[in-house]
Amino acid sequence: MPEMTFRIWRGDSSGGAFAEYRTEVTEGMVVLDAVHAIQAEQAPDLAVRWNCKAGKCGSCSAEVNGRPKLMCMSRCGDLPPGETVTIEPMKAFPLLRDLTTDVSSNFRAKMAVKPFKPRPPDAPDGTWRMDQADIDRPQEFRKCIECFLCQDVCHVLRNHEKHDSFIGPRHFVYAAALEMHPLDTENRLADLKGEQGIGYCNITKCCTKVCPEHITITDNAIIPLKERVVDEFYDPVKKLFRIFRPGNARR
Amino acid sequence: MTQYETHEHDVLVIGAGGAGLRAAIEASSTGARVAVVCKSLLGKAHTVMAEGGVAAAMGNVDDRDGWTTHFADTMRGGQYLNNWRMAELHAKEAPDRVRELEAWGALFDRTRDGRILQRNFGGHKYPRLAHVGDRTGLEMIRTLQDHGIHGGIDFLMEHTVLALVPAGDRIVGAVGYEREKGRFHLYRAKAVIIATGGIGRAFRVTSNSWEYTGDGHALAYEAGADLIDMEFVQFHPTGMVWPPSVQGILVTEGVRGEGGVLRNKDGKRFMFDDIPDLYAHQTADNEEEGWRYVTGDKDARRPPELLTRDHVARCIVHEIREGRGSPHGGVYLDIAWIKEKLPDAATHIKRKLPSMHHQFIELAGVDITQEPMEVGPTTHYVMGGIRVDGDTQMASVPGLFAAGECAAGLHGANRLGGNSLSDLLVFGKRAGEYAAAFAAEHDLPAASESFVNDVLQHALAPFDRGDAAEMPYAIQRSLQETMQDLVGIVRVQAELDEAVERIGGFRERAERVGALPNREYNPGWHTALDLPNLLTVSEAVARSASDRTESRGAHFREDHPEKDPALAKHNTIVRKAADGSMHVVREPTKPIRDDLQKIIEENQ
Repeated sequence: MPEMTFRIWRGDSSGGAFAEYRTEVTEGMVVLDAVHAIQAEQAPDLAVRWNCKAGKCGSCSAEVNGRPKLMCMSRCGDLPPGETVTIEPMKAFPLLRDLTTDVSSNFRAKMAVKPFKPRPPDAPDGTWRMDQADIDRPQEFRKCIECFLCQDVCHVLRNHEKHDSFIGPRHFVYAAALEMHPLDTENRLADLKGEQGIGYCNITKCCTKVCPEHITITDNAIIPLKERVVDEFYDPVKKLFRIFRPGNARR
Repeated sequence: MTQYETHEHDVLVIGAGGAGLRAAIEASSTGARVAVVCKSLLGKAHTVMAEGGVAAAMGNVDDRDGWTTHFADTMRGGQYLNNWRMAELHAKEAPDRVRELEAWGALFDRTRDGRILQRNFGGHKYPRLAHVGDRTGLEMIRTLQDHGIHGGIDFLMEHTVLALVPAGDRIVGAVGYEREKGRFHLYRAKAVIIATGGIGRAFRVTSNSWEYTGDGHALAYEAGADLIDMEFVQFHPTGMVWPPSVQGILVTEGVRGEGGVLRNKDGKRFMFDDIPDLYAHQTADNEEEGWRYVTGDKDARRPPELLTRDHVARCIVHEIREGRGSPHGGVYLDIAWIKEKLPDAATHIKRKLPSMHHQFIELAGVDITQEPMEVGPTTHYVMGGIRVDGDTQMASVPGLFAAGECAAGLHGANRLGGNSLSDLLVFGKRAGEYAAAFAAEHDLPAASESFVNDVLQHALAPFDRGDAAEMPYAIQRSLQETMQDLVGIVRVQAELDEAVERIGGFRERAERVGALPNREYNPGWHTALDLPNLLTVSEAVARSASDRTESRGAHFREDHPEKDPALAKHNTIVRKAADGSMHVVREPTKPIRDDLQKIIEENQ
């Protein structure tokens, strides 16, 4: 059975260092399996989050050889053979310990997005009618497993640390799912333009590239939201309209 | 005295899966102060892995469906050991619970006329499962999460409960720790709802996550509550078998609902060879009729691949044992064959089963639109659990409630696919409602200092022993091997006795388990603390399985392969005796109400 070497970050907010571990790698093994093997045999206190090990819960996010990945969906066999594999925690979030980070900023960002507000039911029995074609797009957004890899790779958060003035790709996808929900009646554009900072996104599409659910975050969610913000606040005809009818500044 | 932080609420919910979130939302809506304590981050609970759908007799696809048919299907699937009151409430209330999710923003797949689409599933007479492709659980948990966070509920994430706190005959809260800093917490509450899910980590091959260590079962048992039906563990017929590292990961029943068929290495559809009498009249006897059924022909009967999970799992094991399995010890599940029937089959499969397609491409290098999958049984669900009152979900200890997988009764000897998600919603809501009502009528007595301190001292003990002592992972692994080998799909007395004895040995080793001296996010320590729970539920399963000397539903005894009519109306009860040992007793089931019996007969 071949062995592989893993360089894993060990430490907390006060500091730390990489530690090297060698472990056996069998056919089909994913990086998370290797981390578990190391935990079971060599480092019982190695901190790592995981739940489903099937790419459905979005818990085991980390940076594998510098790339934001779900460890459960990264097959060891796809990594360069014979080379040491580096595993680090996500860098856009404060470190807790080893591979775990404080992702609580995401829960706060989500709270700030106005919740779903449906129109009155369409039928007397309290139900609604929606065409499948009209929900295909929001269903794409609702595939999101909240792994926060898109947040991790976004330079607005990672390099400029604007966690307080920019909700990030995950929450633009969340807002887009609500805005494009056929039943929703809420308006989130002022918030997106203001405190949620959609203007900071300069559509480098890094988020789309790392999304394990292959959601086209930039093209399908962020750009349409930016367009709606522009229509709402910068359209000259609408602007005139608002001057004369100030109470009606809604879509 | 060890330090701890104290929280005070009306209702404490342990677990943030579908049942816990639904319970918290309901309790909070009555004005109760509610806390949810969960082992992982919010939105990561095991509900997220549910794929096929949520069963509710809405009749959107086939208007012949209604609650009576759903009730009869559930009872038949459970071999009539079900708590019939729960089966009744579940069938009646599931449609409203599903529609409520839509009002909270869920986007289920649609029918042509714009209503919620429903699909076929094993044991359900009509297409009944509301779904979102094959990621229904994710849709459900995200809907509940996104709705619940605006309801004033306190969420304590990555906290694990160690013990329930008694006061007189009541439960008045819980003691636990947080993973991040390893600090202790006392959660005082007038009512406690356990919604901790299942026990799958007791087995080596499982579709369940690390969290499924039977915490709620064990907490309730230690607090004096009854567990019932613990011998009934569902082995899902289709888990991945290759490569080894993904063994056990679930392959949704939706594959078969969409026309997927099971074949042995000779290409034979072996499920036609063994159709149980109870289902013979509603099962297709040729391949063509089976295909017509999955494509919506209302006059066709369902293909044998959609028989109940217990039966399909045993047929697969039989094929493998007879040497007709696939190269890696499974059988073939083929959905690619439908290209013979549909011109755009590959697109259809990707649309209907997107996460299955993704999972097999990424983890096994198999394109399910072109080739068959290799599958075999995997530990999936426990029908048994905390005994509850059907209406209120209160356990046999006042102030303690349970909902979802950790509670028992609805599913009897075998659960139908899709009935789990509806279970979470229907009984999560009921638990929340009645726990809040209980809290409104009761005061909050103080927790005993010495009780709390004893729990904390015990939790810290692994640090004193250090890592030179027993390794928690090694004991867990041995336990999983034992349960897999001796208490699995096919059971026999001598092996069950052997399992009980070995579990006793693991228990002694678990008392000597050690951890590295670090309380901050230390998984070795956490595993050490989960171990006693896993041992308790394992012992409960093995002892209950030993007591039921017949084969029924998910419980199969090679030494007693037939049903025993004398046991048809008995539940197995597990409770902690005064001397601390585990006692198993049989109790007759409550006689069914006449009108419900009539419904069962009319639906034979």
